[in-house]
Amino acid sequence: MAKRESPPRGAGSKEPNYPELPRNEAPPELLRELVAHLRQNRTHLREEWLRRISETRLLTAMTKEEIFAEATSVYDSYVEALETGTFEALQAYARNLSERIIPRGVETHEVIGIVLLLRDVLARSLFAKYQADSEKLNRILDAYEPAANRIANTVAVGFVQERERVIRQQQEAIRELSTPVLQVRERLLILPIIGVIDPQRARQLTEQLLRGIRTNRAKVVVIDITGVAAMDVTVANHLVQTVEASRLLGATVIVTGLSPEIAQTLVTIGVDLGKMNTVGDLQGGIEQAEKLLGYKVVPVSDPR
Amino acid sequence: MEVPILKQGEFLIATIQAALSDADLEHLRLALVQRVVRFRSRAVIVDVTAMDVMDSFASRTLREIALMIRLRGAETVIVGIQPEVAFAMVQLGLTLEGVGTALDLEEGLAYLNQKFKNIN
Repeated sequence: MAKRESPPRGAGSKEPNYPELPRNEAPPELLRELVAHLRQNRTHLREEWLRRISETRLLTAMTKEEIFAEATSVYDSYVEALETGTFEALQAYARNLSERIIPRGVETHEVIGIVLLLRDVLARSLFAKYQADSEKLNRILDAYEPAANRIANTVAVGFVQERERVIRQQQEAIRELSTPVLQVRERLLILPIIGVIDPQRARQLTEQLLRGIRTNRAKVVVIDITGVAAMDVTVANHLVQTVEASRLLGATVIVTGLSPEIAQTLVTIGVDLGKMNTVGDLQGGIEQAEKLLGYKVVPVSDPR
Repeated sequence: MEVPILKQGEFLIATIQAALSDADLEHLRLALVQRVVRFRSRAVIVDVTAMDVMDSFASRTLREIALMIRLRGAETVIVGIQPEVAFAMVQLGLTLEGVGTALDLEEGLAYLNQKFKNIN
């Protein structure tokens, strides 16, 4: 039995290396006969499939026309994969399809569901055609089964990978949104931190802040951590490093909004609080920053 | 490689232009202190904008320069540390403690002028 390994994939696609279909076990004529049958009965089988899809109430997020269009493409890709024994085109199509339907709210179980339905519809039609000749039926199924399994797998994995990519993208976006560096006065930056800081986010924060200090020529930075519930030792150290690195760029850092828990953490890990300028709340921090910068805020005299 | 040291009134400005060997750094330290003495400078600005790496030897040498110059009653300001360099330095624990820092030459001069109320 000749098995050829698929060529190694590029970085970013962690598809397991399936061997190519054992073609010796599926004589080419059998496969051709199978594919011919599926092509000839395309219209009928596709309709059958669509009927089953709506029966089981899958893909409710899509319109009938959309389902029809996608079903046609999936069917044709399916048959082509069976015929050629290669799955790159199918994989690319699955990713492309997923990219389109995920924003529509299509779920993983629906995608797997419809692929398995198609598999079933096609298998049943093969049963129907060859039921008289059980030996031939067996051989046809031997040709059909491994390929059909691989196809179902390829589509499902393609869908899931696309979902994971979207999730990663969203996480990245959330991460960026959550650490804005804001200029509120000339030479004064505020970095309001909200939520959970893990070491990776802490690092990103520091890099963003340092770049911000240079771009805005900031002399004072107020880092507000009112929105941070807890901080472990690693992150607390990152905070200290951020303060020190900012100083190397000529900026003074004022940290505001330390919760009692975080204050405890900092004391416990022995942070040299002499190195850290802290003020109770953001308002106090900004007032001190303004003082450092030589600003004075006075009420405008009453026009009356 | 010789680091150019310019005299600007009562200040000296040393501009590091590329990666310096350990020997170059030692030479710079000596040259700066000699000039502070000769010109009775009140402050030295060391511009490290062009340094994209700062190792522990360079960091220690800069601190030593500052300490030695302070013994002559003068101030040192290091300017132009790049964000990536600053980040790398603090991760290695190189904080240049006790040495003045500013964003760039302009800020460094402004800081010193403010401090000495000079018109330079």
